[in-house]
Amino acid sequence: MSASTHAVPLYRLAHGRTGDKGNRSNISVIAYRPEDFALLVAQVTESRVAEAFAHRQPSRVKRYVLPKLHAMNFVIDDVLDGGVNGSLNLDSHGKALAFLLLDMTIEVPTTEEK
Amino acid sequence: MAAPLLIGAGAGFSGDRVDAAGPVVRTLAARRMPACLIYETLAERTLALAQLARRTDPEAGYEPLLPDMLAPVLGDCLRHGIRIVSNFGAANPPAAARRIVALARELGLRVPRIAIVRGDDLSSPAHRAMLREAIGPRLDEIEVASANAYIGAEPIAAALAAGAEIVVAGRVADPSLAVGPAMAHHGWRADDWTQLGRATMAGHLLECGAQVTGGYFADPGMKDVPGVHEPGFPIAQVAEDGSCEVFKADHTGGCVTLRTVKEQLLYEVHDPAAYLTPDVIADIAEAEVSQVAPDRVRVDSVRGHARPDRLKVNVCFEDGWLAEGEISYAGRGAEARARLAGDIVRRRLAGVLDVRIDLIGCVSVFADDAGRMRERVEPGDARDVRMRAAARHADRRVAERLAREVTALYTCGPAGGGGVRTSVRARLDTLSCFVPREAVPTSFEMAA
Repeated sequence: MSASTHAVPLYRLAHGRTGDKGNRSNISVIAYRPEDFALLVAQVTESRVAEAFAHRQPSRVKRYVLPKLHAMNFVIDDVLDGGVNGSLNLDSHGKALAFLLLDMTIEVPTTEEK
Repeated sequence: MAAPLLIGAGAGFSGDRVDAAGPVVRTLAARRMPACLIYETLAERTLALAQLARRTDPEAGYEPLLPDMLAPVLGDCLRHGIRIVSNFGAANPPAAARRIVALARELGLRVPRIAIVRGDDLSSPAHRAMLREAIGPRLDEIEVASANAYIGAEPIAAALAAGAEIVVAGRVADPSLAVGPAMAHHGWRADDWTQLGRATMAGHLLECGAQVTGGYFADPGMKDVPGVHEPGFPIAQVAEDGSCEVFKADHTGGCVTLRTVKEQLLYEVHDPAAYLTPDVIADIAEAEVSQVAPDRVRVDSVRGHARPDRLKVNVCFEDGWLAEGEISYAGRGAEARARLAGDIVRRRLAGVLDVRIDLIGCVSVFADDAGRMRERVEPGDARDVRMRAAARHADRRVAERLAREVTALYTCGPAGGGGVRTSVRARLDTLSCFVPREAVPTSFEMAA
């Protein structure tokens, strides 16, 4: 990124929620401010989300964009070590995972932030 | 019929707060509009446990909290004509209906007209061939605990149209609990896809109770929720065209905002243009939300498409044993001692069990069963860490070895380990498949 940007954690710009079905997780990423939505669409990509969950070895990450809600929905396959009945995780639903995704950093134009 | 229908949520899962429905019912009664109350209490695992309970006791197998959920509101519902629809029948709707009759008598109320919904339970031998075809040879290897189709709103609507005051179902799809009453009230047909799609998303917003009114939401400093200890449960006002406005019970905490509604709209949704239910394919790709009043959000532009030809079936089966053990370390070097404790357990069980190690306070729920994240995280100097070991095995006696190894850390492990807790539990696993809709006839019958 250029010198006129700085990194902020995604959780400053967006909120989200995790849902689960079987061994698949879906995580919404919703802009707090509509004006940030384009920035999020540009930077919170399928490949960056796959990277955030690399240790869980998901087989696929699919992003759906909902411009009218200023939201994105990420569907992450085979990310729950078997899911609610199969995983050895304390959080076998993966309820916490939205907060792993929201830890990602976003490059924000410095001037716009002021 | 032009008047909208109010649909209140009394519970969003088995184990939800039993005092939540009271304020909802008082609000419904005060509005003096056509109204009903739904309780969603079934998850995959809940139903399997219910089926196992029914095997040992023919009068068990429905939601254990049913009397606690209904007792505070049953009288008011009957007095004000607020009908009740729920899947709390679980594996045994007839027994649940009998329990409601008994409850009404205990409370000195008249016996309500209760309908039970049939057709979802596919666990009898008569359905074996159909399941075998849908699942394949894997079915021959498992001991089926429960097999249920996700059925839709039609039998619920039919029961209400026939005069039922309470409808007791088993595995109906969660949003169908709201779609059924809306269908009956507005006289929709089973192929009014737009209306059904909209009512489905109203049901979707209601089905997890407080999750749309400030539950599963608060994040101090980022997303604060007023009265967070007592969020009011949601009520949807569903219009004749299916569109809805969501609000919450009067005189309660929580909040209904664009943020709470957006989060819940996308909860457990995959493709937003194709949210599949037995009733309809709902489509929220173009959905819009607007705050029409404080704690009141309107949802527009939901669409509906023709329902799927097949129904989803979940087959639950017992699948070995899960063993867990935990021990705490605190103070200087706590993290190093907790890591060492985990290493000891793994070495002791090498070749016997594949053990997952969590370091609660350092790295746990974000991590993975194989330990890739734990190995990546640099050892730090956390001062309060709980080591958790977990493993599964087909043989209970082998699984129990994990519990014993964690317990032995008291005297054989690192310095200062305390607070051991262990458990060994039967595991339930699930297979999903799809069967033709025609193969799963549904119906209702009046039980009382």
